[in-house]
Amino acid sequence: MPHRPEHRPRRAARAIAATAALIVTAGAAAACGARAGEETDAFEPCLDTSGDTVKVGALNSQSGTMAISETTVLDAILLAADQINAAGGVLGKQIEVIDEDGASEPVVFAEKAEKLIREDCVAAVFGGWTSASRKAMLPVFEDYDSLLYYPVQYEGLEASENIFYTGATTNQQIIPALDYLAETGVESLYLVGSDYVFPRTANAIINAYAEAHGIEILGEDYVPLGSTEFSTIVNQVSAAGADAVFNTLNGDSNVAFFREYANVGLTAEQMPVMSVSIAEEEVGGIGVENIVGQLAAWNYYQTVESEANAAFVEAFKAEYGADRVTSDPMEAAYNAVHLWAATVEKAASFAVDDVQEAAGGVSFEGPEGTVVIDGENNHVSKTARIGEIRSDGLLYTVWESEGPIEPDPFLDGYEWAADLAVAE
Amino acid sequence: MDILVGQLFTGLSTGSILLLAALGLSLTFGQMGVVNMAHGEFIMAGCYTAYVTQQVVGGAGVSLLIALPIGFAVGGAMGLILEVLLIRRLYHRPLDTLLVTFGVGLILQQVARDVFGAPAVNVTVPQFLRGGVEILGTTVPKTRLFIMALAVVAVAALALVLRFTPAGRRIRAVVGNRDLAETAGISSRAVDAGTFFIGSGLAGVAGVALTLIGSTSPTTGQSYLVDAFLVVVAGGLGRIKGAVVAAVALGALQSVFETYSTASLAKVGVFVVIVVFLQLRPQGLFTLRTRSLA
Repeated sequence: MPHRPEHRPRRAARAIAATAALIVTAGAAAACGARAGEETDAFEPCLDTSGDTVKVGALNSQSGTMAISETTVLDAILLAADQINAAGGVLGKQIEVIDEDGASEPVVFAEKAEKLIREDCVAAVFGGWTSASRKAMLPVFEDYDSLLYYPVQYEGLEASENIFYTGATTNQQIIPALDYLAETGVESLYLVGSDYVFPRTANAIINAYAEAHGIEILGEDYVPLGSTEFSTIVNQVSAAGADAVFNTLNGDSNVAFFREYANVGLTAEQMPVMSVSIAEEEVGGIGVENIVGQLAAWNYYQTVESEANAAFVEAFKAEYGADRVTSDPMEAAYNAVHLWAATVEKAASFAVDDVQEAAGGVSFEGPEGTVVIDGENNHVSKTARIGEIRSDGLLYTVWESEGPIEPDPFLDGYEWAADLAVAE
Repeated sequence: MDILVGQLFTGLSTGSILLLAALGLSLTFGQMGVVNMAHGEFIMAGCYTAYVTQQVVGGAGVSLLIALPIGFAVGGAMGLILEVLLIRRLYHRPLDTLLVTFGVGLILQQVARDVFGAPAVNVTVPQFLRGGVEILGTTVPKTRLFIMALAVVAVAALALVLRFTPAGRRIRAVVGNRDLAETAGISSRAVDAGTFFIGSGLAGVAGVALTLIGSTSPTTGQSYLVDAFLVVVAGGLGRIKGAVVAAVALGALQSVFETYSTASLAKVGVFVVIVVFLQLRPQGLFTLRTRSLA
């Protein structure tokens, strides 16, 4: 997408739209500020819980590039709400999910978030996928002092009081993946990633880790998002002869990369590739024969063996069809709804302040294992898992952390990462 | 030394992919002057043709060979429909053509998304194209050798058609001077439609071949479109020879730059070279001397 010259006018239009939105928002904020002097508060939450129901928002892309990924998250949110309703609801009230389409555009996410808060008066919103969409929604939720539950693994270095992060931060995904590689005797790495914020941040962390743990980084390559030309990179990876490759490519590039990798004769035995954005769905597009034996790092796979997961997968397939698969972000979204409900029950209130106050320590027995909200940074503790791709196209756990890992979005607990948080 | 030779060979292979993606465009954009933003989606249609053929036929090798002519027909038919329904009405309105074909491209992407789903689908590479061959110290995947061979065949076939067939002569006549060709009894409308058919068909063929190395998803075409335009512009409008030289040169540049930096920076480098080159030589590598008065 970034190289299409015809996008320039569109991008300019988008920039104009964004600027316009900013001006409007600023105006609204100023208006709120003006009102704040006269009234008690800038924005009076309009949540109405006098009836039998409580409204929550589900904000996912139902159209555009991200639709297929994000609609699966919406399915998981609806499933969780149904389950809670069947068990009697939250504080005796049935959850009513109002779904909005983020349309794969950060600006739309921000607009719809505002609509859900102001017009629908929801108690909380579940959704967002790309970091761009989260960054766009963050000021909206902070300005209106509302709640967003964000269910996707991301690059860390963020902790808003108004966002609960139920996906992994870097110390629950990337660092365990490095620990695993180091444990299996990997002494040198080659880094390949798409050129945007997540891979750049991830590789900064990997470089710091490598320096502290005596792992040699033999190369670090970035390709433009969507690039499908990998012959030179694979030649270089092959020539460098690293013990393993750490892959932070996103989307279609993975297909071209793994095909080229397999075609020059590189295998998982010779040089395993550890990926952080390949889930059950992507394996199909790459072709199992090109990626069998390679590794991925997540917190959840459909194949995780636990009672909670068996029940989750069964309920999901019963609701949406036997051919559907469950993935990490879906599971995190499912957990998010349950965590919100549990927090509300604990607070005995739907009010944002009460929920924020009660959140610390709230836990849920999720499909991946127990998840607990950290009251300090609003992330959740999660079990890290390394999965291997087998010939049936599913991922199977080959290693998992001893219990859930405490979230550490700014990597404060890692000495070698001291410079990273500052650099950001 | 070995690495450089290996990289030059890689460049040749990258260039042949660029060429395959750009060849159809060099006909519709280069010869007819139509800025067809949906060209990438015709490539994408070729990719999905390969996928569907494989689902129906089964055997990966056989289905690939069958899919090549079907891809030509599918791409060509889509191009023909686009030409007859829209582009024909917009000649001499290049900006409108650009916007309309861009819109058509978006529609085609959404259609693909609705029919096949947004995640990439897998086209299995036939057994005889798996693995690589050792050439000059680098392992070259067989899929790339196949694409190079296909690019050579496609260029040769196109050149032969343009030079030796009556239809090809009519195309060249209309490109040379539309009014004079019409005076000579050539229906320029029929020629335009035919040219668009061939150009779009070549995009379909490119799509079928590109499934061997890249992904097959609704946005696949986009990743090739800009490179294809670059090749045609740098090569000089209206010259197949220019497209061939430009594709190989850009491929080699990209892979040599990439050896010394990252792929992202290499892309920047290639763009800088093209910008400088077009400043010095706005008409591209080769120019077509036409007899038109415009």
